[in-house]
Amino acid sequence: MVSILDIIGPVMVGPSSSHTAGACRLGLLARNLVDGTPQRAHVELHGSFARTGEGHGTDKAIAGGLLGFRPDDDRLRTALEIAEGEGLDYTFTKTKLGEENEVHPNTVRITVERDGRTAVMTGSSLGAGRIVVSEIDGYPVEVHADLHTIVLVAEDIPGSIARITTLLAEDGVNIATIRVSRRRRGGDAFMVIEVDEPPGDDVRAHIAVLSWVRWVRRLEKVNA
Amino acid sequence: MYTSLAAAIADAESRGLTLSAVALEAESLDHGRPIAEIRAVLGRALAVMREAVARGAAGDLRSASGLVGGDAAKLRDGPAGPLSGTPFRDVLMRALAVQEVNAAMGVIVAAPTAGGAGVLPAVLTGLADARGIGDDALIDALATAGLIGAVVAERASLSGAEGGCQAETGAAAGMAAGAAVEMLGGSPAQCGHAVALAQQGTLGLVCDPLGGLVELPCVFRNATGSAIALAAIEMALAGIEFAIPADEVIDTMGQIGREMDVRYRETAGGGLAATPTGRRLARERLVMIKRSAT
Repeated sequence: MVSILDIIGPVMVGPSSSHTAGACRLGLLARNLVDGTPQRAHVELHGSFARTGEGHGTDKAIAGGLLGFRPDDDRLRTALEIAEGEGLDYTFTKTKLGEENEVHPNTVRITVERDGRTAVMTGSSLGAGRIVVSEIDGYPVEVHADLHTIVLVAEDIPGSIARITTLLAEDGVNIATIRVSRRRRGGDAFMVIEVDEPPGDDVRAHIAVLSWVRWVRRLEKVNA
Repeated sequence: MYTSLAAAIADAESRGLTLSAVALEAESLDHGRPIAEIRAVLGRALAVMREAVARGAAGDLRSASGLVGGDAAKLRDGPAGPLSGTPFRDVLMRALAVQEVNAAMGVIVAAPTAGGAGVLPAVLTGLADARGIGDDALIDALATAGLIGAVVAERASLSGAEGGCQAETGAAAGMAAGAAVEMLGGSPAQCGHAVALAQQGTLGLVCDPLGGLVELPCVFRNATGSAIALAAIEMALAGIEFAIPADEVIDTMGQIGREMDVRYRETAGGGLAATPTGRRLARERLVMIKRSAT
């Protein structure tokens, strides 16, 4: 369903909704994975991001996202200079993340490091500011970040979904969508849960202490 | 939201309402948001549009490549032409201003897209300011523009990569024309004719940016797109009717877009981007951008 507010918007720093606004959102999500501005970021640009990224300020937009700037923040223009002042040590490289017909032309892999924690995220900018995150720490995911999202990997044991959904309910978090997948029976179960309220630190802590949860990440929604 | 302008026009006319009124009502029902809240969001968009016009008109901005910038100021302060002192010249100036801000990484409203962001603010604020029309009517006009854009998104496309420039500045011209006709007192049916008149004039328009950058010819396409919108507004308000309904013109735009060669859909493989000068400028400027980035 098309909204007139999607048509008259978003408010954004130019020049391109895919190469600038979408790129900024991907930077914001990578920042999310380490809960703040990373000290180090390695950004690998693929396809059109690599070819025309500099002219569209894709590098500035991603750095701005890593600094916590939103797509409409005019500090994006000077984000690379600000990053240096804020102790964000960044590198940009051009790479080929796969064959042209397999990987979206506007794709980036971002490796971030903060206080000894690292995360690796691959995401694409789909146009009109829309994005999809396709991989986090080697796990295949599909996160659009239009809603707050929790992604986790757990042992495939009976009742795991019920336990997680109960925990969320107890913390007052309403589930919008939930997707569960696994590669084989008894293998790791992969959950992507979209929720209406921002899940707090305690929610993540409650999930993280479960002995059968191997890995959990929380991604705040980043509106275009 | 409506997926046909004919349905929206019929609804509005039968109930004695404007297109903006039925659009706001539909948006409110679709998303469970009060109309006042939707209008507040549109009001913020309007404020950003006005800021972009003012910022670009100052004339000191340059794009990443240096290929565009400073031309809005020439229309404001430069030598006179036959349209000096008319809203026409002011609208052209505003379209260039917003798009120069966009190319220089300034803040704009992507309405419907970043590459076509100059038309709507230029036509709507330009005509409103010329006539002393206030922000409430402008916010309504943005709702009408949003309705028209939603119908285009549903029936055709708003993406240059999918449908060429006819889907960006062309759609923007249709949105601006229909919205302005309502703002200037036209009937819902006249708004429909304005959309059709504007979009018939941009059918087949290709997306051919030099080096793939949203700069050239994008900045000027926003000015010429605004001019087409003004022509459509003038004709529709004079009572001229276009025989093909707006929905069918929009469908045609979508069909042409689907049949358009990929070279003409934002890939810089054809059109002005592929001219000898276009290729040379893109090569030189991209090298320059890379040098300044390191």
